[in-house]
Amino acid sequence: MAEPYFPSAPHRSEDDFERDLHTEHQVLNMGPSHPATHGTVKFLVELDGENIVNLDIQVGYLHRGFEKECEAGTWYQCIPYTDRLNYNSAVLANLGFCMAVEKMLGIETPERCQWLRVMSGEIGRIGDHLTRCGAACLELAAMTPFLYGIEARELTWDHLEILCGARVTSNYIRIGGVKHGMPPDFPASCRAYIAKTRELLRDFDDVITSNRIFVDRLKGTGVIDRATCLRYGVTGPILRSTGEPLDLRKQEPYLVYDQIDFDVPVGTVGDNYDRYLVCVEEMHQSLRIVEQCLAKLEQLGPGPVNVFDPRVRWPAKGRVFNHMEELIQQFKSVTEGPRVPAGEGYFAVESANGELGFYLVSDGSAVPVKVRCRPPSFINLAPMSGMLKGALLADLIPTFDFINMIGGECDR
Amino acid sequence: MEDHGAVALRRLLASLPAAVLETHARLGDATAVVDRARLLDVLRLLRDDRELDFAMLTDVTGVDYLPRKPRFEVVYHLYSPAKNHRVRIKVCVPEEDPRVETAVPLYASADWMEREVWDLYGIRFDGHPDLRRILLYEEFEGHPLRKDYPKERRQPLVGPRN
Repeated sequence: MAEPYFPSAPHRSEDDFERDLHTEHQVLNMGPSHPATHGTVKFLVELDGENIVNLDIQVGYLHRGFEKECEAGTWYQCIPYTDRLNYNSAVLANLGFCMAVEKMLGIETPERCQWLRVMSGEIGRIGDHLTRCGAACLELAAMTPFLYGIEARELTWDHLEILCGARVTSNYIRIGGVKHGMPPDFPASCRAYIAKTRELLRDFDDVITSNRIFVDRLKGTGVIDRATCLRYGVTGPILRSTGEPLDLRKQEPYLVYDQIDFDVPVGTVGDNYDRYLVCVEEMHQSLRIVEQCLAKLEQLGPGPVNVFDPRVRWPAKGRVFNHMEELIQQFKSVTEGPRVPAGEGYFAVESANGELGFYLVSDGSAVPVKVRCRPPSFINLAPMSGMLKGALLADLIPTFDFINMIGGECDR
Repeated sequence: MEDHGAVALRRLLASLPAAVLETHARLGDATAVVDRARLLDVLRLLRDDRELDFAMLTDVTGVDYLPRKPRFEVVYHLYSPAKNHRVRIKVCVPEEDPRVETAVPLYASADWMEREVWDLYGIRFDGHPDLRRILLYEEFEGHPLRKDYPKERRQPLVGPRN
C-alpha cells in the first residue's frame, strides 16, 4: 500500500521562510487633494506594509504670492490679503498685521477698540478650533460630532457677520482701529450664542470625547515632545499639548489680555488626544473671554473705536466738503494711505495655530518694502514627518488634522 | 520686554565682540547685525548660553534692499520661552555671492524656512541637508521675491509630457 504523499515545505526553518518572501517598500502619493485630508498638500509616503517609513510633505499648492502682492500695494491694501491667510480665523491675521503696522507708526488704539479686537479675535479662534475638531471627527468617520461642530461654527460666523459684516474674510481690523463698533443688539445676541455654543460643545463632548474608537485613534498617535517642539519652533496648541504653557496672550500680553481672566490649558503627553482636549478647553476659555469683553464693552458704552490720527484715519466728511486741507488729506488717505516711518518691526499675536508674526520693513513710503508673515501652519507642519515615522498610515489623518495646517496660511 | 532684549544684546557684545557689526533696539526690538562668517557662532551662543537660552528660532526670512549694497539681508528671529525675550539677528548678503551657512544643525526649524528663502530669494544655505524649492515648483524660473522680478512675469507652462 502506497504511503500517502505529503509534500514537505520548501523551507526548513523560520529564517528560510523569511528569506524567501519578497517585500519592498511602496511609495504612496496622497494628495494634493485627498478626501481624507482638509487642506491642499501632497504627502509622498513610503510604506513598509502599513507602516510609514518616510514621509515627504510637499506644500505650496496654494501659493498666491502674498508677500509679492503686499509689496506692490499700499499698507492698507495688505489687510484683505491677510484675511485670506488663515481663512478660519481671519480676524487674527488682520490683527497681527495691523498691530505690526501700528507698532511702526507708534499708535496706541483706544480702549474700546482694544476690547472689540479681543472679542472679534476670540470669536474667530472659536471658529478655527471648531473647524479643526469637527473636521477631525469627520475624517475619523464620526459624522454626528462634525455636525454639532459645524452648527456651532455657523453660529460663530453669523456673529462675526453681525460684528464685522462678513462671515469668513471679515476685513474688520483697520490700522489704528476697527471698521466700526458693535451694533446695539449684538450683546444680547452674542450671549445667546455663547449659551448655545456651550450646549453644542457639551453635546460634542458627550458624543465623542470618550468614544472608544475616537480615543483609540488619537491616544498615543502623532506624539511629539516639548524639546522637539522647541527645536522646530512649533507653537500653539501643539506645543501646549506637550505641557509647555506658552501662550503669547499670557507671555507678552498685547491689547487688554492682561485685564482678562482666562486659563491656558496644557496637555501632558503631546499626542493627538491631548491636542484635541487642549483645543476644546481653549474654546471654553475663549467663550469666557468673549463674555468679559461684552460686559466691558457695555460698561464703556458707545464712543470712538478708532485712534484720532490723521496719518491713518480719514478726516470728518463735513470738513472734507468745506475745507481745502481736509480735502487734500482725504485724497491722500484714499489714494496712498499711511506713510510708515522707515525701519523694521516684528509683532506677533497668538493665533489659533500658534505664533502668527509679521515682520515689516518700510523705507518711509506708502508702499511696504517687505511684509513677512511668520505662518504657524507652515512651521508646525515641518516636524510632522518625524512624528509619523514608524506609525500606521491611518495615523497620518488625525495627526494632520490636529496640526491644523491651513493651506492659505502655510503657502501664502 | 525691551529690557530682556537689551540684556541679550549686551551679553552677545561681551562674548563675541568681533562678530557683531551693529546693534540697535528701535521700537523695542533688540537687533544685531552680525558678520556673515560668524553667524553660526552667534546662533550657537544664543542657544547654548544659560542666561540667553534662545530655545526657539521662530523665523528666518530674507529682505531684498535693491539697489543697496550689500543687496540682501537674511533675518533670524529668536525667542526664549523660558526667559521670555526676543532678539533679531541679521546678516548682510551680497548679490555676487548669495550664500549663508545653514542653521539646521542648531535649529531644526531652519530647515523649511531656509528652503523658503532659497525658493523666493535665491540665497543658498551652505550645508543645508535638502535645499529644494518649497513653495514653488522645481521648473520655476527665477526667485519671485527679488525686487527685480516683475510681478506680472509669466512662467513657462509645465506639466506631464505626453
